[in-house]
Formats: sequence, C-alpha cells, structure tokens
Amino acid sequence: MTPVQRTVTKTLLALVAMVGFTIALVPLYDVFCQVTGLNGRAASQPQAFASGEVDESRYVTVQFITRKGSGLPWRLEALDSQIRVHPGQAYEVDFVFSNYGKSAYRGRAVPSVSPGEASLYLRKVTCFCFQEQRLEAGERVQLPLVFQLSHDLPESVHTVTLAYTLYPVLDRPAASDDETISQGGDA
Amino acid sequence: MRKTYVLAALITGLAGLERNALANGWNMPVGVTEVSRHVHGLHMTIFWICVVIGAVVFSVMFYSLFRYRRSKGAQAANFHEHTTVEIFWTAIPLLILVAMAIPATATLRHMYDASEADLEVMVTGHQWRWHYDYVGEDVGYFSNLTTPREQIDGTQAKDANYLLEVDQPLVLPVDRKVRLLMTSSDVIHSWWVPDLAVKKDAIPGFVNEAWTRIDEPGIYRGQCAELCGKDHGFMPVVVHAMAQDEFDAWLAERKQEAAAAASGVDRNWTLPELMERGEQVYGSICASCHQPEGQGLPPTFPALVGNQALLEDLEGHIDTVVNGVAGTPMPAFSGTLNAVDIAAVITFERNAWGNDTGDIIQPSTIQAQLSP
Amino acid sequence: MAPKLPLKARLEHSENVAGGTAVQDHDAHHSSGPLRWLLTTNHKEIGTLYLIFSLTMFLIGGAMALVIRLELFQPGLQLVRPEFFNQMTTMHGLIMVFGAVMPGFVGLANWMVPLQIGAPDMALPRLNNFSFWLLPVAFLLLLSTLLMPGGGPNFGWTFYAPLSTTYAPPSTTFFILAMHMAGISSILGAINIIATILNLRAPGMRLMDMTLFVWTWLITAFLLIAVMPVLAGVITMMLLDINFGTSFFNAAGGGDPVLFQHLFWFFGHPEVYIMILPAFGIISVIVPAFARKPLFGYASMVYATASIAILSFLVWAHHMFSVGLPLIAELFFMYTTMLIAVPTGVKVFNWIATLFRGSITFETPMLFALAFIVLFTIGGFSGLMLAIAPADFQYHDTYFVVAHFHYVLVPGAVFSIMAAVYYWLPKWTGHYPDECLGRWHFWLSVIGVNLLFFPMHFAGLAGMPRRIPDYALQFADFNMASSIGGFLFGFSQLLFVWVVIKCVRGGVTAPAKAWDGATDLEWSVPSPAPLHTFETPPDLRRVAG
Repeated sequence: MTPVQRTVTKTLLALVAMVGFTIALVPLYDVFCQVTGLNGRAASQPQAFASGEVDESRYVTVQFITRKGSGLPWRLEALDSQIRVHPGQAYEVDFVFSNYGKSAYRGRAVPSVSPGEASLYLRKVTCFCFQEQRLEAGERVQLPLVFQLSHDLPESVHTVTLAYTLYPVLDRPAASDDETISQGGDA
Repeated sequence: MRKTYVLAALITGLAGLERNALANGWNMPVGVTEVSRHVHGLHMTIFWICVVIGAVVFSVMFYSLFRYRRSKGAQAANFHEHTTVEIFWTAIPLLILVAMAIPATATLRHMYDASEADLEVMVTGHQWRWHYDYVGEDVGYFSNLTTPREQIDGTQAKDANYLLEVDQPLVLPVDRKVRLLMTSSDVIHSWWVPDLAVKKDAIPGFVNEAWTRIDEPGIYRGQCAELCGKDHGFMPVVVHAMAQDEFDAWLAERKQEAAAAASGVDRNWTLPELMERGEQVYGSICASCHQPEGQGLPPTFPALVGNQALLEDLEGHIDTVVNGVAGTPMPAFSGTLNAVDIAAVITFERNAWGNDTGDIIQPSTIQAQLSP
Repeated sequence: MAPKLPLKARLEHSENVAGGTAVQDHDAHHSSGPLRWLLTTNHKEIGTLYLIFSLTMFLIGGAMALVIRLELFQPGLQLVRPEFFNQMTTMHGLIMVFGAVMPGFVGLANWMVPLQIGAPDMALPRLNNFSFWLLPVAFLLLLSTLLMPGGGPNFGWTFYAPLSTTYAPPSTTFFILAMHMAGISSILGAINIIATILNLRAPGMRLMDMTLFVWTWLITAFLLIAVMPVLAGVITMMLLDINFGTSFFNAAGGGDPVLFQHLFWFFGHPEVYIMILPAFGIISVIVPAFARKPLFGYASMVYATASIAILSFLVWAHHMFSVGLPLIAELFFMYTTMLIAVPTGVKVFNWIATLFRGSITFETPMLFALAFIVLFTIGGFSGLMLAIAPADFQYHDTYFVVAHFHYVLVPGAVFSIMAAVYYWLPKWTGHYPDECLGRWHFWLSVIGVNLLFFPMHFAGLAGMPRRIPDYALQFADFNMASSIGGFLFGFSQLLFVWVVIKCVRGGVTAPAKAWDGATDLEWSVPSPAPLHTFETPPDLRRVAG
C-alpha cells in the first residue's frame, strides 16, 4: 500500500466508525434520556418499586393529563385528575379508554413526565402505556396505572405531571414489520 | 486626568444612550417579573463587558493600523511570539468568563425553581393558534389572531397592535406563581412573552414546563418563536394580567359561558343560525389552511369547495373534523371545540361557496358521537 | 514548539527548483473542447470550477435573500405569500451554507493546498473531479423542488422534525437526496484533502511548517469526516419516517422530535466551525503578508484551532436551551460554550499582535481581512451573549440570533473568501485585480453589510422572532434599514463579479511574488500558475537543518 492508500483507508475506517456511531446514537439517546430524565421520557417497561421507607413527612401532587392526537375516535380519561402522594408509597389510578368510533381501532397512550427530572424517580409497575390497546366500536375499558414516586425524590419537586397522549397505531406494513429500525413499540 | 474625564463622559453618554434605547424599544425589555429583571441585568452586564473588551481590543488594533503604516515609513519588527503575553491573554478571558458564569448560574437555578404553583395552565400549540386550558377548572379556549386580512394585505391602515392582537388572551392573576405546561398538537412551537422572559418549546407528545409570577397588571404581547409552518408569523401570544379578584370574576364568567354553550347542544338549530356560527368558527380556525373561500392549498391542505369525496360522505366529514386525520396536519377538534361549534362549522362547509348540499348537522348529533 | 519562520528563506532558495518548467508537454494529455472541464483532474481547474460554482450559488442564494428583504421592507404582505417566504428562507440558508460557503473554501483548498505544501496535485485527482460534479447535480435537484407541487423545502435550513417529516411538502424526499449528494461530495473532498496534506508535503516540510491555511483545512477536513455521517444519518431517518413508516422523530409512534434536534446540532455545531476555521487560516496568511511581519503565535494558532474543533463537539445543545433540558445539561452546555471564547480570543489577539509594529499597507485583500477581524469579533461578542443560557431564553430564535450568525458568516466566512480571492487572483490569472474597483467593492460591502445586519440586533432584542414574513409595527424601522443595507450589499457583489472577470481578461501583470510581504510557497511559482506545478517537489530540507 502506498502512503496515500494507507491514509485513505484510515479515513474511510474513521468514516465507517462515525456511521456506526450515528446509528448507535438513537438507542444511546434513549438510554441517556432514561438516565438523566431528559425530555421527561418515562420508562417503557414495568419497573420494580424502589425499596425504602415511605416519606410520610411530605406530600407531592401528582397530576394526570390526558390528550389526544389526530385520527383516533377515542377518549381517555383519568378517574382522578390529581392525587396527593407520599414519596415511597405505591398508588393506583384508573384510566378509562372509550372508543366512540364505528369500528375497532388500535391506539397507544404515549407518556410524558414533567418536570423531566421527576421521571428518574417515577416507578411504574403497571401502565396501560406499556403496550398498545385495541378497542372494538363502542367499547369502554378501565385500565390501571400503578406507580410510586421513590422516597428520594428531591425536596424541591412539589408537583409532578403525568401526561398521556393518545395516538392511533396505523396499519402501515413497513411500520410494524421493521422493528429493528423503528422505535415503534417501546413506549 | 483629562483622559479620565473623557472616559467618564463617554460612559455616562453611553449609559444615557442605553436608557434612551430602552425607552424606544431598541433593547431587551426589563419586563414585569423577577426573572425577567434578572435576565435583563445579566444581558446588560455581559453587553457592557463585551463593549469594554471590544473597546480595548479595537483601540490596540486601530492604533497599530494607524501607527505602523508603511506609508509613514514604519519598519516591520520581526518578533513572532511572547509566552508571557500569550498566557496572559488566555488567562484573563478565562477569569472574565468565570465571573460571568456565576450570576448566570444563579439566575438559571432560579428559573428552574419548582416550588408549588398557585395556578396551572396547559398551553397547547396548534398550527397556527394557541390553546389555553386552566387545569382542573374546565375552562379552555383557542386564542386566535384578530388582525384583519385587509390590514395584512395593506388595503387598510394597520393598528398599533398589528399582528399582536388576539380574540381571547391568556388571563392570569398577578402576584401568583403560575405554572405553564407546554405541549403541541402538531409541530414544535415555542411560547414566548418577552416581558415575562418565558420562552419554552411546545413539543408534540411531550410536556414541558415553565413558570412565571407577574408583578404588574397589564397586557403583555409576544409571538410563537419556533418556525411552525406557513402562518408561524401569525400566532401571537397575548397575556392579560389582572388582580386576583378580577381574575376570579373572569374565571367564574368563563365557566358560566361554557355551561351556556353546553346547554345549546340539546335544542334544534336552524340552518341560518348554524351558518352564521359556522362562518365565525371557519374564519378563525379553518381558514388559515383551507383558505377563506375553501379553495385550500393543495397538496398539503385540500380544497373544501367542490370536493366531491367530502360532500358525498357526511359521516367521513364529521369524523375528519371531530377526530382529525393521522399523519396529516388535520387536528382532532373533539377536545378543543364544543359540539355546537363543530356542528356549525360542518354545516357551514357543506353549504357555503356553492357547496349546496342542504345538509344540516345538529349539535346533538355531534354530542352523541362524543359521548356514546 | 517554536514556530518555524515562514518559508521566506526557503522561498528564494526554491525559486529555481519549483514550478513553471515542463508545462507544455502536459497539455497534450488534456482533453480539449467541452469535455475538458467535465473530465479534468487538475487541482487548479477543479478549484476554479468549485469557485465558479460557489459564486453562482452565492448569487442565487443572495437573490433569495433579496426576495426576503424586499418582503420585509415594510410591515404587511406585499410581494410573496408566507408559504413561499418560508421556501425562500430555507433555500437561502441551504444554498449559502452547502452551496456557497463550503464549496468556496473547498475551491480555495483545491487551488492553494497543493501550492502551499509543494505538491504536484491533490492526492486523489479523479475522486476530486467526482466530488465536484456531485455538487451541480445536487443543487439543481434542490432548486428544482421549488417547481414541484407543494413547493420546495419550507422548514428552515435546520429542518426540525416533525415540520420536515409528517408536515413537510412532498418534495422533501428530493431535498433529502440532494443533501445526501452534497454530503458525499463534502466527505470525498475531505478525504482527498487529508490524504494530500498528510502525504504530499514537500520533503522537509513538517506539519508545524505548514501555513495556517493548510492547518485549518486539515482540521476542518477531520471535522467533516466526523460529522457529515451524522447529517447523512439524520436525513436517512427522516426519509424512513416519511416514506417507510418508522417513527424516529414522531411521538405518535414512540419516537421523539427532540432527538432530531440533538442529532442535527451534533452535526450542526461542528458544521458552523467547518465554515469558519478555513477563514481563520486565510486571515492568518493575509495579515502577515500585508503587515510584513511573521504571524504572531503560530503554534498557539494551531492549538487554538484544534481546541475550537474539539470543543465544537461538546456544545451542540446551546442551540436547544429552550427545548426543556434538565438544569445540569443547561449548565454544562453554557459553560462549554463560554469556553470557546478563549481560543477564539487568542486568535484575535494574535492577529492584532501581528499588526503591532508591522509595516502595514492596505491593499484590497488586507482591507477585507481587517474588516473580518473587526466584524467577526462583533459576531463573537453576540455569540458570547447567546451562550448565557438565561439570557438566551430571550435571544433564542429572534433576529438577535440572525444578526449573530450573519456577522460570523458574511463579514466572517464570506469576507475571508473574498479576501482570499483578491489575494490569490494574481497567482491564478497573472493579473492584479483592479485596486480602485476592489476598494469600491470593499467599502460598499462593509457599509452594506453593517446596515443590513446591525439593526437586526435591535429588532431581535425588541422581540422580533426570526423566520416571519410579516412583523409588528415597532420593528418597521429596523427592517427598512436592513433591507436598504441588503440591497446595497447585494448589488455591490455584482461589482465583485466584474472585478473578477476584468482580472481574468487582463490588468496589471503580476510577478511570481505578487505581494512583497508574501512568503509562502505558492509565490515561488510563476503567475499565472501553470497547469502543472511542483512536478519536482521543492526540497526544503537543505535549509531546514
């Protein structure tokens, strides 16, 4: 190999490494979000409760906000719009999904937590947001959210907002087949 | 001595200029919150630091340019490094930066204060209007630009608040901590009011938060700051701050209005009534995309006038307006407009501009869809 | 390490060795006729092609800017509709960044890097041809989107998702293809420049003997290799989201629009330095030539450039202070961004120290270089203000930002390219550019550019958001001033075109060493530089020891 070829080979290797790095950035970002609470991205899988005592000395207000994107004739309501909780204690809140459309649809509730740093201390054991739902026309289901704010939640946090936005799951073939490149399904 | 006087005069002059600039809207507003005053202070501090550094650096530069002209017979020296000087001008800026970082950090921490709020408002960006929802109060409404088309097109004189006026401003009490939850129903928007020093992106599917505590009653105007499509320049933010008791009265009134609107659902509406109401709703909500005459802006925004697929499918038309269309800019209006408005606007669309279907959609039909 | 004195001593020595000989026999290898420019592998011809392309794009992008300024001359919508206005702002940004400034620097590198390191050509001449010809194809495709149904890209040059995916016009797929081609062109160009600089330096020329222009381009090329794949990745994800149903940036499918911004700015911030580092190199070459004094702090200039390049990977989220980052992230990105002021300051101080006790003359290239130092520093100051996160909440996405980045890009990057053109035109054409017209061009440009961009600071501070086709009445005076400045600056560039054409066609004959204070290797070959130079590399070892 001539020196020029060696240099070119090395730069090409660097290039390939950067391409790989770019691809890796997508999953890395998810990990990063979960570690830092960036963007209030809630966990997408059930988590175990954090052990530790219940901090009965303080209350934190937890709000539930439900919203809806376009294309889904559903309604999502939290039976309690807000509750006051002790950090460390587990709570259950029920949500009602209803399909007022004329046919069956699949939909999913995408979670978001504000302030973002609170998502680090939010543990969900059960959540309807872990999987998509399928509702027949006119069907109404009640699904639970079981969660805990761990007792080490910073003192500065007084209100935690859990927002759930309903989006339709579209039956586009490429979308469901291609789980390797799609982020779909992890919320 | 004389130099000191000149310098002092210069600084006084510049400071006067700055005050003058402020009065004439050439500078960042001081604003009406503690945070906005901090931010303004920070802005002016760093501005003056930059001015002083710039004055020193450019003085040396222009002195050199003047003093060492070849036309004046300057002979070039041949030095090309000086370690002490180089260390000096690396270290000094570093120290200045540290000095600036300290107050900036303190202000930033203050902005992230998450103590309990007295009032919470959900702010939702839509293409191209804001929607405000008083959390837990059952009061929510769109805030639309009211500047008439004629003023924008120049056929009418422009008002003082041209492009910064809305039909229903966000109403907030003064001296209360208000938590603003931001999200969007379509693309990314950014809610900004300079006088409050609040600018936060509204991101679809995610909730962001900011807070403010306004000191003085008044009307404060801002705009969407993140490019959000065609009418990005036409979605102002207007905040009306008032005393707590006035605010309470206003909120009670809004609740009554909402109740009154809900009671209108059950009665039978005539075509002219629906057309009149529908024209209003169409003008403030639908016309920005589907255009005032329903001609649309294909391919992104389909035409409504003479749209056979639409006119032949009443069910589909209702479904589109109520639930929106996934993957397109068409939003779901079930959460933001009431049944009367939805029924009126559908009736209007099916009977205006020569779309003479004669269909009358009663609010009760829409209501039945929303709560089966 | 102590900087070597620029190659003055060597220059006299190598004058006999280098360049100018054995030119005629090579012309025989060249195709002639229309195919000649299509097939050329000569670094000088390709450099010329790049520069002509860059100038063409500069004029097209400039015409779009004039449409914007005309619409903004007064409040109200007079000339264009908002949807077309958005296409103009987007295309103006894309064309200026990827079509004018970057190819302009690549053209200068093609011409001057081999001449400054004593190499006969670029290391990979055929690849060089390919990387250039990708560009006209890419930009024709990009411009053609304006004629497609729904219009061209209208989501800003930063193309934030989901405005650029779910809500984008149908032509976006072509926009992505065009960006891919431009990206591949940049990557190939960067590989070529690295291979050339690392392997083809004249015997005896160490890395620390290279001119600052070569140094800054070497570092820029590494930046390109590092971040262009990220851009390619981002637009590929957009393509998949638009056409194949994935949800990288779509919350509805579990994606995240903010991920787009992180990825884009991970590319975008180094990209900003890709557009300014070669400018630092050009200024560091021109200022010593007209101050007749060696560059002050050569080694610290190299280290400062490298530090800026490294820091550029750690500051991306300062473009995103208002998306709702955690406090700790805001602080981190605020501190790293402020830190960039240190190496940048070192550069400015070094230039001024080079002027100090020099013997200064003010030919047109020097005028542009001096304006660069002053006006780029002003852009640096506003950059420092923008770094302060709490204040950035007020500045972000306003005309203050527009003023900032135009100050570093127009009287920054663009002035440096113009300075370089005036400086090297005698070498390229054998004629001096018309000094009188050059001065007219300079003064009109300086006055125009400041009238154009300075009022934008005030408009932004007073609360005018960027990318709006119409504005509230309190911003009217600023915008009118900006528009007048814009037209002054825009039309002065026609003078530049005329100066260049005039210089190609004739003028005062330039000797090999066209500027008496210039000491680098390119001034040892005849003017105009023959098609083939340094066939026998100049041997610098004899004096280096």
